[in-house]
Amino acid sequence: MSLELLLALGVGLLVGCGVWLILQPRSFPLILGLAFLSYAVNLLIFLGGRIDRLTPPLTLPGFARLADPLPQALVLTAIVIGFGMTAYLVALGLRAAAAGDDDRVDPPPGDDAP
Amino acid sequence: MPPSLLVVLPFAAIGVLALLQGRRTAVAAAAGGAMLLGLGLVLISAKAVLAGQVWVQSLPWLSDWGLDLAFRLDGLGFLFALLIYGIGALIVLYAYYYMPPEDGLFRFLATMLAFAGGMLGVVLAENLILLVLFWEVTSLASFLLIAYKSQYHDSRIAARMALAVTGAGGLALLAGVLLLGRMAGSFDLSVVLDRGDLIRAHPLYRPALVLVLLGAFTKSAQFPFHFWLPNAMAAPTPVSAYLHSATMVKAGVFLLARLYPALSGTETWFVLVTSIGMTTLLLGAYLSLLKHDFKGLLAYSTISHLGLITTLFGLDTSMSAVAGVFHIINHAVFKGSLFMVAGVIDRQCGTRDMRRINGLAKYMPDTAALGITAALSMAGAPFLNGFLSKEMFFQETVSHPGFAGVGDFLLPAVALVAGIFSVAYSLRFIHDVFFNGEPVDLPRTPGPPPRFMRLPMEVLVALVVAVGVAPQVVVGDLLRAAAAATLDGPPPPFKLAVWHGFNLPLVMSIVALGGGAFWYARRERLYELHERLPFAFSSPVVFERGYDAAAEGARRVMAVLDRRVLRRDLGLFLGLSLALGAWAWATGGAQPAAVPGPLPPTPADPLSAFAFLVLALGVVGATWRHRHRLEAIILTSSVGLVVSLVFVRFAAPDLALTQLSVELATILLLLLALRFLPPSGPPELARTPRWRVGLLATGAGVAAAILTYALLTRPFRTISGFHIAQAKPGGGGTNVVNVILVDFRGFDTLGEVAVLAMAGLGVRALLQGLRPRAYAGRADRVADRYPLMLRMLMQPLLPLALAVAVYIFLRGHNLPGGGFIAGLLVAIALVLQYMAGGYDFAAQRLRLDFVRLMGAGLALSLITGAVPWAFGQPFLKSAFVYLDPPLLETFELASAAVFDLGILLVVVGTVLVVLTELGRLPERADPETRPHAVSALPEAVPS
Repeated sequence: MSLELLLALGVGLLVGCGVWLILQPRSFPLILGLAFLSYAVNLLIFLGGRIDRLTPPLTLPGFARLADPLPQALVLTAIVIGFGMTAYLVALGLRAAAAGDDDRVDPPPGDDAP
Repeated sequence: MPPSLLVVLPFAAIGVLALLQGRRTAVAAAAGGAMLLGLGLVLISAKAVLAGQVWVQSLPWLSDWGLDLAFRLDGLGFLFALLIYGIGALIVLYAYYYMPPEDGLFRFLATMLAFAGGMLGVVLAENLILLVLFWEVTSLASFLLIAYKSQYHDSRIAARMALAVTGAGGLALLAGVLLLGRMAGSFDLSVVLDRGDLIRAHPLYRPALVLVLLGAFTKSAQFPFHFWLPNAMAAPTPVSAYLHSATMVKAGVFLLARLYPALSGTETWFVLVTSIGMTTLLLGAYLSLLKHDFKGLLAYSTISHLGLITTLFGLDTSMSAVAGVFHIINHAVFKGSLFMVAGVIDRQCGTRDMRRINGLAKYMPDTAALGITAALSMAGAPFLNGFLSKEMFFQETVSHPGFAGVGDFLLPAVALVAGIFSVAYSLRFIHDVFFNGEPVDLPRTPGPPPRFMRLPMEVLVALVVAVGVAPQVVVGDLLRAAAAATLDGPPPPFKLAVWHGFNLPLVMSIVALGGGAFWYARRERLYELHERLPFAFSSPVVFERGYDAAAEGARRVMAVLDRRVLRRDLGLFLGLSLALGAWAWATGGAQPAAVPGPLPPTPADPLSAFAFLVLALGVVGATWRHRHRLEAIILTSSVGLVVSLVFVRFAAPDLALTQLSVELATILLLLLALRFLPPSGPPELARTPRWRVGLLATGAGVAAAILTYALLTRPFRTISGFHIAQAKPGGGGTNVVNVILVDFRGFDTLGEVAVLAMAGLGVRALLQGLRPRAYAGRADRVADRYPLMLRMLMQPLLPLALAVAVYIFLRGHNLPGGGFIAGLLVAIALVLQYMAGGYDFAAQRLRLDFVRLMGAGLALSLITGAVPWAFGQPFLKSAFVYLDPPLLETFELASAAVFDLGILLVVVGTVLVVLTELGRLPERADPETRPHAVSALPEAVPS
């Protein structure tokens, strides 16, 4: 087992389970699934900086072979925005649940109101 | 005055109005004051402009695209700015009395100011693309104004129609302007106007001309686009008086005047503009007489007069252009006052039907005198301003050679007939409204309007008379300057005078007056004839049908594309992406399609393997048991923990800290929401075609794993060298990630925190007033909801946690930390207070409005970004100094830290808005509908 393989499997598991969950008909698994997918995407972007340089990107004396700071900066805001998105989805789910007494994601069949 | 200031002023005034919201008189005074201030600023530059100076001012904006914030103040712009501010000030005073007292006027006057600002942008723009931008501002603002009484269906339809017509014209204008800029090699008006010959000789001249004319004609309600204007009368009368006299519809003819040197002077221009103008002139005048609603009469008369102005520009002699500009002034003045009179009558009588309104001269003699004078000017009676430009118009039609091969009598003949019609409808307005017996069955007994409501009309009618009697003294210089700007050269010598001797135009005027009187006397016969016409002018109906057909078509397309089933769409999207990815992988060019790349694998250590196992268990477990929500949440949190460990392991301390704190906030969020999500759904939801979902999920997972593995085993060249090298010397910090966030890519970060704030506001909006059902867990069954121990522990912890946050924030520029992480820490520390003591307990002690906090944070970040502008530096350029205070370490004070503080505030605000809104749900939960819960914890959910 190499580290690369473990990481790849981890991302793959997160994506696979995330997709399974967002394709469920109810809002709670949808929220979980999207959380998994954001973990996966954040990891993938982060790993775009590769894993061979293991010094935190601080330009301090004695620090060499710094990890790539750019993917880190990208992912940092993505993590925080992920919280905003989860919160918004939860609020949407609550609103829909209060309106229909169930947490289905799609309208019932035959309901064509826009 | 710098022209840009004149454009910014109305928009800035909206801010002042917002502060005064709720105080009707103050709002009106502020709006009127802004208009008067603008008028004063315009007048200050009068001397220079009338002497022929042109003030061009340019601030670079998107210079690469040819778009700069460039403004110009010349004679033509000056004339329009004068009309916009001058009539605008009168309109504000008028609206103060016209609008019902319960209307706070804020929305009305703010939209009005935005509209005025858009108009000023159009007339003062030096850059053509900028002109189009402001053109769109006027379209949008007029949409809002016409739809002001949005509770009425008619208003909404009328506003939609006006927006569709003028908006489509705006698009055509944009295309035309882009072509013009291409032909001239610049979007600067000065250059474009100078290169008229180049443009006229260019093969793209005709398409560009047609596109620009489409813009002008839709805005100025020229045939066949005239139909939106009468419908726009659904707007409150002050709006009509402003939009349809001095501003909105004048933007079209303004454009003709503005681009006159660049586009006119060809046969195509003459034929297109003259024939459209003539048709509109005649049609508008004819239809005007048939209207029983006097606002409708005025609307069609406006169309007719705009046709007259268009015709004058189409005739394409320098003198006709002068006459065109002159009629722009005259029409604005008399039509503005006529609309105001109409509004007074409407307000005092409660109807606009001229068959019922009669003999008002008795009830409101002063208003009647004003209305009659203005209407006589509209008819072209001598000693009033309308007479002068109409005479000039007649003169131009007589002296023009006319259309080739049609005979030179056509132009004067059309002019004369239109003149007769306009006398007839003006007489109808005068006779039907103010005389003609007694009013019939009015909803209200008419009386004179308030004293100061009459003032705006008096000012305008005074101008009507002053210009009519002593034209050269009153407007001579103004007209000369405006005409010089229109022609982009010296205007022909002209002298405005009432008496030009007994000549053909005077004969035409006399015939028009006599013919009009006769025509009006025989109007019953005309109505009969009109009834028997074999065709009807009903462009609105055609438009509405077209609109409905387009909407229906769009709906059908959407019905095919989107069945409104999220799962189906997501499935399709995922399947398609997978197929495309597989195809690209299989056929992708030079690289071999093998998954492992050239980099040697790194052997895994036992700890990493263990972490992977935890992750796998968490992911699979949460997916497997997602119906058992509490378990699923706990398992998910373990996944988040492993992800943050991954960040630690691979040298990303900032990410690890962020992920950890976000994880905490997310778990809190999910726990709070859990009780209000229904535990079971309708049975048909259980019947999911599982194999398809399974196939997609497996495919996506395998693909992601392959992609990740391939990525990790291939070398790459980083593009971060610059950021690392410049972090310290350029950004003043050693934490490269933080420097990127607050400095190199600060603008991105600003956008991202704005998104975060929006999400917070969205959550608040969604949850506000929501009375959810609590499905599981009852507060009253929990013995100790806010345990004493927790409370005792949390209170002393707060200052400690805050101190940690401050430390993390301050060191963020150099060591892991910064605004995002510190913000999350502060938020969590505060949320813990809520959890320990309940909402009321904490709210009493905190007294913070978190939405304001978000706003303050955003404002702080924006202001920090904008400050460098004042020093001629780009947006968000950071500056820093090193401080060496006694007793403390040397630390650096960077403007980026202030920006970071803004981020911190937004993050704190958002997280707290979200969590406290959710935390308050139990108080509002509907006790009646609370289903029988059995446990204090969320229950396992049957599928």
